[in-house]
Amino acid sequence: MIRHHLSDKLLMAYAAGTLPEAFSLVVATHISICDECRARLAAFDSVGGAVLDQRVAPVAMSSDALSLTMAKIKSRAEPSPATPLPARDSVLPGPLRNYVGGGLDAVRWRSIGGGVRQAILPTSRNASARLLYIPAGTAVPDHGHRGLELTLVLQGAFVDETDRFARGDIEIADEALEHTPIAEAGMDCICLAATDAPLRFRALLPRLVQPFFRI
Amino acid sequence: MFDQICDDATTRQPGHAAVSVGADGRAMGRTAGQARLDKSDKTLWAELVTRVARAQDAQAFTMLFEHFAPRVKAFLMKSGADPTTAEECAQDVMATVWHKAAQFDPARASAATWIFTIARNRRIDMLRRDRRPEPEDLPWGPDSETDQFDALALQQDTEKLAQALNALPEKQRKMIESAYFGDLTHNEIADETGLPLGTIKSRIRLALERLRHSMTEQKETT
Repeated sequence: MIRHHLSDKLLMAYAAGTLPEAFSLVVATHISICDECRARLAAFDSVGGAVLDQRVAPVAMSSDALSLTMAKIKSRAEPSPATPLPARDSVLPGPLRNYVGGGLDAVRWRSIGGGVRQAILPTSRNASARLLYIPAGTAVPDHGHRGLELTLVLQGAFVDETDRFARGDIEIADEALEHTPIAEAGMDCICLAATDAPLRFRALLPRLVQPFFRI
Repeated sequence: MFDQICDDATTRQPGHAAVSVGADGRAMGRTAGQARLDKSDKTLWAELVTRVARAQDAQAFTMLFEHFAPRVKAFLMKSGADPTTAEECAQDVMATVWHKAAQFDPARASAATWIFTIARNRRIDMLRRDRRPEPEDLPWGPDSETDQFDALALQQDTEKLAQALNALPEKQRKMIESAYFGDLTHNEIADETGLPLGTIKSRIRLALERLRHSMTEQKETT
């Protein structure tokens, strides 16, 4: 049962098509496993439909527009086949499998210290997305934010000062939130995290600094 | 068959010539094609998309084109495209309407909503904006269990939503319009939209539940 959902703001920006790619990836991944937000997104798409249908003054097309369009239709009789999605995976929903190029087995993890591993996903640079692997019982210390951070749980659960977050739950954290997420005992926690703040930790950072990484 | 369609389209040209006079952005309202439409039929546009999907009905497509292409063009211009690019992309959008008509589900979206999503995606390509990953498709097609009543109810909800949008205080409405024209970042979008989205959300949620339920039953009986 998913208890933490996307905000109206994020859904509207996603419906409008203006989110940075990394955030869109989190939204699309959450919606893949949350019918409630899938329906909410459909409602926000409907707002776009209403804007298109009622809030713009139509601008006349050229006189040959319809015949040109029919020619385009004719020249591309078959819709290009959709790229087949990598096979199903119990942890990674479809949009993530596209970015990873497969299921959980295909993730190229890199250790960032303290048993925590990450895999940065290829998105545009104005925000970054990564998968995080946090061993059961491990804390992520000194965890503040710059900018907006979305964390979507894919496996296991984490708890912080605000609440408990399990598979499908999304935590929306801004600069105001200082928290210490701890992966619950029992199962290692896998999350998708996206932020529009600059990446704070890199491979060349000394090990000493790594426990204080920000996500 | 495609020759046939193009011929059909050409024979309707007179209606079009009347519409296209004045590239000055004049609203096209009373064309020959539109005068014949029964505007009181709330499912008209959805029905036309379905006809394109099922029968590759060029006449249905022409009616959709006359109504939506000038709106898509205007929408793209509002989103920052010059008239030539907007015209070209509006044609692409309408070609996609033809090709993807079979994916349209009248129980989950109005025709305007569905065409908006195609126009939005074309705009993202056009402006080379950030890629926008899509949610995983549901494991069923639109024709699995589309209920006429569901489709009608959704069209009515959509109409009410449009009325609510029209009735918003101007400042709020402008914020929403700017958001959908792509002018606002997610930070600039207000936390509260002021729109009554609950009804339409619940309707779609129920449609999803019914479909999931019937999917499960199908799995159990096969």
